[in-house]
Amino acid sequence: MGDHHHGPAKGLSRWLFTTNHKDIGTMYLWFSFSMFILGGAFAMIIRAELFQPGMQLVDPAFFNQMTTLHGLVMVFGAIMPSFVGLANWMIPMMIGAPDMALPRMNNWSFWILPPAFLIMASTLFMEGGAPNFGWTFYAPLSTTYAPPSVTYFIFSIHVLGLSSIMGSINIIATVMNMRAPGMTYMKMPLFVWTWLITAFLLVSVMPVLAGAVTMMLMDIHYGTSFFSAAGGGDPVLFQHIFWFFGHPEVYIIILPAFGVVSQIIPTFARKPLFGYDSMVYATASIAFLSFIVWAHHMYTVGMPVAGELFFMYATMLIAVPTGVKVFNWVTTMWRGAMSFETPMLFCLGFLVLFTIGGFTGLMLSIAPADFQYHDSYFVVAHFHYVMVAGAVFSMSAAVYYWLPKWCGRMYSEAMGKTHFWISFIGFNLAFFPQHFVGLAGMPRRIPDYALQFADFNMLSSIGAFIYGASQILFLYNVIATIVSGKPTSEEKTWEGADGLEWTVATPAPYHTFETPPQVR
Amino acid sequence: MFLKAKRLYRLALGPVLMLLSLASAGALAANAKVNEVNMPPGVTEIGHRIYDLHMIILWICVIIGLLVFGVMFYSIYYHRKSRGVTPATFHESTRVEIAWTVVPFLILIGMAVPATSTLLDIYDFDDAELDIMVTGYQWKWKYEYLNEEGENVVFFSNLRTPQSEIYNTELKGEHYLLEVDEPVVIPVDTKVRFLVTANDVIHSWWVPELAVKKDAIPGFINETWSKASEIGIYRGQCAELCGRDHGFMPIVVNVVSQEDYDVWLSQKQAEAAEIKELMAQTFSLDELMQRGKTVYERNCQACHGANGEGGVGTAIAGGAIATGEVSGHLEVGINGVPGTAMQAFGGQLNDVDMAAVITYQRNAFGNNMGDMVQPIDVFNHKRG
Repeated sequence: MGDHHHGPAKGLSRWLFTTNHKDIGTMYLWFSFSMFILGGAFAMIIRAELFQPGMQLVDPAFFNQMTTLHGLVMVFGAIMPSFVGLANWMIPMMIGAPDMALPRMNNWSFWILPPAFLIMASTLFMEGGAPNFGWTFYAPLSTTYAPPSVTYFIFSIHVLGLSSIMGSINIIATVMNMRAPGMTYMKMPLFVWTWLITAFLLVSVMPVLAGAVTMMLMDIHYGTSFFSAAGGGDPVLFQHIFWFFGHPEVYIIILPAFGVVSQIIPTFARKPLFGYDSMVYATASIAFLSFIVWAHHMYTVGMPVAGELFFMYATMLIAVPTGVKVFNWVTTMWRGAMSFETPMLFCLGFLVLFTIGGFTGLMLSIAPADFQYHDSYFVVAHFHYVMVAGAVFSMSAAVYYWLPKWCGRMYSEAMGKTHFWISFIGFNLAFFPQHFVGLAGMPRRIPDYALQFADFNMLSSIGAFIYGASQILFLYNVIATIVSGKPTSEEKTWEGADGLEWTVATPAPYHTFETPPQVR
Repeated sequence: MFLKAKRLYRLALGPVLMLLSLASAGALAANAKVNEVNMPPGVTEIGHRIYDLHMIILWICVIIGLLVFGVMFYSIYYHRKSRGVTPATFHESTRVEIAWTVVPFLILIGMAVPATSTLLDIYDFDDAELDIMVTGYQWKWKYEYLNEEGENVVFFSNLRTPQSEIYNTELKGEHYLLEVDEPVVIPVDTKVRFLVTANDVIHSWWVPELAVKKDAIPGFINETWSKASEIGIYRGQCAELCGRDHGFMPIVVNVVSQEDYDVWLSQKQAEAAEIKELMAQTFSLDELMQRGKTVYERNCQACHGANGEGGVGTAIAGGAIATGEVSGHLEVGINGVPGTAMQAFGGQLNDVDMAAVITYQRNAFGNNMGDMVQPIDVFNHKRG
């Protein structure tokens, strides 16, 4: 018993059997970063092939495998686990809890992830190749016409879903039961709020995804016809089910990012977050709306016009709460006393780029115009502006912001700022021109393109390589900080920081809050 | 060398070009299509309305963006710590928060009104003067002109760009990847209704300048329509991931005058009648070989190689099927091999072409089987 309270076990078993939220958080973060590099490598293959018109490097079939795995690995392997890792590290510390509510399940929800991705990655070496039907895996391309490895893919998705559900239940239980005395819901830090809402989204929609892949499994192996018109089914049914999961999924990715930004901007503006209450309500409204807009991904499948109108109006409405959030962040800066350390730079980058992604999202919501945008590179540009500039930029901000608290050492500010600027420039070079080729008529997911798209694609590839390379700098900076960064023991790393996590020792002790703090 | 230098120069100018062209998107639209940065207004009334809608929303977004980023950068510049400011402490204002909920809502209503009316018009399929059935195949399009007299014109439209251009052994042509062997031909100023479906997986029929994009879904028929007001050639591509050659199934629509259309139509009908006649004939080996070579090059070569050496598909030179029983060869040609890239060509090739290509495969590339397949054999095999 005694040992248990003083520090971690030694050796490999510390990590295998740990129930400590910080250890598990750390493992999630490292795992997601390695997936980020893997998914990034797939993207580099894609951009290298698209550097010039003509087929140079890979076979079109392999190109399709790359686009599929890039999407799947980034969404399920990089972005989602990174925020779960952040939640594991920060939520107990932010609400004054000693650990997560269900620590043993926490261990499980992490440890089933790496095998799931091993299975998914192993499909690359299977007969017929890896999944090649896009991360949205529309039937019947993903059922009747799929490579045999699709069965492994389905199993892998099931395990990922299981992990997400266990992680979410844990977060919900922790936030609802383990808040320190005096911490009412409306006093919770926004990161905790956004994660609570995200966790509810996850437990609502991951089973839907599980249902979709199970139906695929039945169609492939047990002779059912859920998605085959020849047997009385409907390929569009797959899309309805998929996007009923898939649309909330994009908010699962972005809401925790909103939380991170809402923690960091007030710190470096040295001014409290503007409109805390409306931030909470806006987050909840976005989550609610995310359930009733799924078919805006399907304007061209031949829905009745009444359906198109409903989904168009509902989708447009999301601009309102999202706008409220952006206005609140900007007003938080207004008349503050701002300084621009690396986490703040990434948040400002987030704010500008995410807003641009939001604008293109609004454009995409307009059904008649979407007939032209749909499945073009305009969409690719749009979702990379929200997912990369949204989720990945805010995740970078979060790492720089809390890293000193995690390891008791300060990162190199110069290197951090360099990382930001290279990322920012590379990102825009990669994705801004994609708006143009998309509008001009270049479809997405093609391994080769007509000559008029050549110049912008070359720019796009150069930008992607720059953005990819900047992540190596990030990795180096983080490792250098952990190994040999300047030690810091200030409880509050940042002058303007606020919250319970800044009241504990630096580096954060293995067990925090053995007696709950009193929140006033 | 000169070309390369020109390319680099354009590359360096890229970002500048982008900004410039954004500012003068309208002015540039008339120029050549290279480095186009905006949606084509197209040649249909619906296309123009979609374009206007797109531009209105774009400008609303730009203005809102300038306001928001303006305030943000003002704060970044004037409210920074290094200027020695003391931060304010305000953190809410119900009035302001209500205002920026209500105002965007009103702006959205302003956008929804024109969007709704355009959408309703897009869904008005009445009074179409010509119906064309479009069927997506992996990876080609089939067009069927539905005619009240029942004399339907049917043909397949394949990518015409040769593999040598795709694999960089030859210079790329002007319409690289956007050219087909048989374009769709439609008359100008005519409301054409497209009935869109698919044979295998989901495809999507997209021609930006005709402002049409509709998913082709196996087992279901979607409708869409277009009324082109200018004679010309309009190019598009499949927009839904449909497998290996998704990037290689272009769409070319040839909008012609009513007179030219009539000439074309009667020509196609005559061709169809001719084929019907040929089906009843018996051919010599030479005739079959000659016809079979053309059919092979168009339909088989991409997978089985120029000399039957194989590739994506199995080798035909000395292959088990081409040197085996005729009935087995017919079976594979007509019904394909399920679960592989070998499609069922029975619905794509007429019986004459099928007979010719099978004869060709059995006698070319050193196979020398010496046997022949006649159209009647294909017909009989199809009947079972």
